[in-house]
Amino acid sequence: MKKGIMIMLSLLISAVSFGQEKNKKMTFEVDGKCDMCKVRIEKAALSVPGVKYAVWDIPTHQLSMVVDERKTNAMEIKSAIVQVGHDTKELKATEEAYESVHPCCKYREDNTDDSKKH
Amino acid sequence: MKKISIILFWFPVLLIAQDKIEGVVLEANSENERIGLSGANVYWLNSPLGTITQEDGTFTIPYDPKYNKLVISYIGFSTDTLTINSPRKVNHTLQPSNQLDEVVVEQKKEAVEKAFFSAQNVVTVNSEELLKAACCNLSESFETNPAIDVNFNDALTGTKQIQMLGLTSPYLLITQENIPMVRGASQAYGLTFTPGTWVESIQITKGAGSVTNGYESISGQINTELQKPLSDVPVFVNGYANLNGRLELNTHLNTKLSDKWSTGFYIHGNRRDVEVDNNDDGFLDIPLANQINVMNRWQYQNPETGWVSFINLRFLNDEKQVGQADFNPDTDRFTTNAWGSEIDTRRFDSSVKLGYVFPQLPFQSFGFQASYSNHAQDSFYGFNVYDIDHESIYSNFLFNSIIGNTKHKFTTGLSFAYDGYEELVNTQQFSRTDQSLGAFFEYSYTNLEKLSLTAGLRLDTHNRLGTFFTPRLHVRYTPWERGSLRASFGLGRRAANIFAENQKLFASSRIIQLDGNGGNVYGFDAEKAVNFGFGFLQKFTWLNRPGSFSVDFYRTDFQNQVVVDWENPNEVRFSNLDGESFANSLQVEVNHEVLPNVELRMAYKYYDVETTYQTGLLQRPLQAQHRYFANVGYNTTPKENGSQWRFDYTLHALGRQRLPSTASNSVEFQLGDFAEGYSLMNAQVTRVFSPKFELYLGGENLTAVRQDNPVLGAQDPFGPNFDTSIVFAPILGRMVYMGFRFKS
Repeated sequence: MKKGIMIMLSLLISAVSFGQEKNKKMTFEVDGKCDMCKVRIEKAALSVPGVKYAVWDIPTHQLSMVVDERKTNAMEIKSAIVQVGHDTKELKATEEAYESVHPCCKYREDNTDDSKKH
Repeated sequence: MKKISIILFWFPVLLIAQDKIEGVVLEANSENERIGLSGANVYWLNSPLGTITQEDGTFTIPYDPKYNKLVISYIGFSTDTLTINSPRKVNHTLQPSNQLDEVVVEQKKEAVEKAFFSAQNVVTVNSEELLKAACCNLSESFETNPAIDVNFNDALTGTKQIQMLGLTSPYLLITQENIPMVRGASQAYGLTFTPGTWVESIQITKGAGSVTNGYESISGQINTELQKPLSDVPVFVNGYANLNGRLELNTHLNTKLSDKWSTGFYIHGNRRDVEVDNNDDGFLDIPLANQINVMNRWQYQNPETGWVSFINLRFLNDEKQVGQADFNPDTDRFTTNAWGSEIDTRRFDSSVKLGYVFPQLPFQSFGFQASYSNHAQDSFYGFNVYDIDHESIYSNFLFNSIIGNTKHKFTTGLSFAYDGYEELVNTQQFSRTDQSLGAFFEYSYTNLEKLSLTAGLRLDTHNRLGTFFTPRLHVRYTPWERGSLRASFGLGRRAANIFAENQKLFASSRIIQLDGNGGNVYGFDAEKAVNFGFGFLQKFTWLNRPGSFSVDFYRTDFQNQVVVDWENPNEVRFSNLDGESFANSLQVEVNHEVLPNVELRMAYKYYDVETTYQTGLLQRPLQAQHRYFANVGYNTTPKENGSQWRFDYTLHALGRQRLPSTASNSVEFQLGDFAEGYSLMNAQVTRVFSPKFELYLGGENLTAVRQDNPVLGAQDPFGPNFDTSIVFAPILGRMVYMGFRFKS
């Protein structure tokens, strides 16, 4: 009986935590402001093996992806994004990485939507 | 010595051990069981360092003395922050919480993902641009765009012939929503069968197009997107009239039937029953015409399932009467009373498109399209009879997906085409059926910044052209900011429909000579050409306003061509190419918003189009080698109620054009070797009163440039010198028009 519960529980946990889907939809927020940011963010996300599709929306700051969960996870993608200078909720870019972005992309100073300007 | 090496060996391990924090994240539970929490976020606050716990809850995160707050978070648990001042093992238990601190946002899917071929040299003409030249149909929609040259087809029908890269429209693939449209029997007049208001946008691709649309395009592709019931306004009415007696009426009625289905009726009629002969040569300058064109579209869109569909039905009836003003078709047909011609066309089109975007995979889709058309033209040009029936079936299946990620995309599919032709040329019957089956694969790569590439290959098997490969390649590279270099290469083939494409020569006393070699198409071999080109585009900001500069060069080399040789004024001779035939084109273009709200576009084009005729390698006749183009547009800033003025002015200047030889005619019927250059001006003013109503007034050929003698031998149309095909300038003088648009 106890064994049965354990099996049920472990099954449940694995289902909840790691479905390990091949095509998992994933969305999180990334700071940025313009089309140049968009290219940089999407390129960084796609450079992570396992990220199949990545679109960053300027007004909402949401990065939407389709990801092979067997190959990567959100934190790994966020690490790649902060490396090119864009902050996420958990991980923040280093000063050096932030300084490397184009002057027009300095979202920390002024986080407005510049999509019409570039 | 051994000791040292051991120390050296261990040293880096110790260092790594110093640089890492290992630990485990557990889930708090009432039984105090040790349950590892997998997939929890572990990261240093305000740092770029983070990781996710393994399946058993363990993690390893780099240690950096700059950061000392380690955050552990997981959806459904409260977030904890630990202060860590030196590397150590972390054993942490997270408490469940009822609050969700991160909401997963479901992304709204794009209804239709459009193919993205940035590697190709594509110019999009949007609806705003299309309004700059209000008249009348697709053949006249290119007046404000330098990529396409508009020429005069003949002295009778007022039809315009379009050219790209120095080659006439048969060498272009003209599609309507990616279904081949102006081809075969409709080659001569097909562009006039798409009313201007039906057009939503036009995509012009210079150079070899994509393999997904077939093997026929040689110098480029023009794709027309029509108005869609879902995005077009519910009611649209456009009326147009010009001082030469042409009347047009366009009505669109669109209804949304449910949240998935929409339908639209598009009705076009045009009429001209005023006889115009401004040059007093006895011949009508423009035809008496009558066209009814009705289309019904159905659009289905289901964002939940990812299915989209279009169903199209179209019927056209077009009647033209040309020739001498006193020609009465009832009494004078096939007599020498008067010279006349009638061209009657009935056409039925239907098509179905079905697209599916995988709901979970926005990068993966498939599409299927099938079309059927029946085109029947009955015509006579004086004593020459020309009838053509063309039945066509086309279908295409495409699958789009990615390799690894969206940097590597591919499209693959199959296509099938059937064309049945029945032709009557005077007393001679020509009939043929063409069938082809093809498979294609196109790979496109983009690194999202500097480089993109599209490489395609298709294999077709055709009952007349044989089995052959068609490769196409496009590359784009960005060497510096806002600059881009492009190159393309491609092969194209086609079966020339020699009569349909050269119908204008029936309206002359020329004797038709078919000098074939027993090939598969009217006794000729299939046409085959290589096209390659490169270009450079630089966008810039000058005076704080945007602009662009571009230059491109393309060359088309024919390996075989059906040469239409009309260098002898008494005959037209068709033969396979024996020698060289090529077209070089160079275009330089500058666009800039020179003043606020004032857009200037200027272009210079150079063409060197040479073909080996019986009399040697010559410039293609009626081709201006130098062309200049300028367009100025000024729009006032719209007021709150939407009212606005729009002004547009276009200048076309053409250099001299070589004329087909008339040297063997008697002196009075000789035209000389060249026609002098001239320039044409068009202008239009639009007054927008509100988003619902606007009026426009415009003029074409404002300086009233005219060719003096468009009809050679007009005094004796049944004599040996009669010829209406040598036309290099407008026949009609100034043309003033006005119209209105109503939307609701």
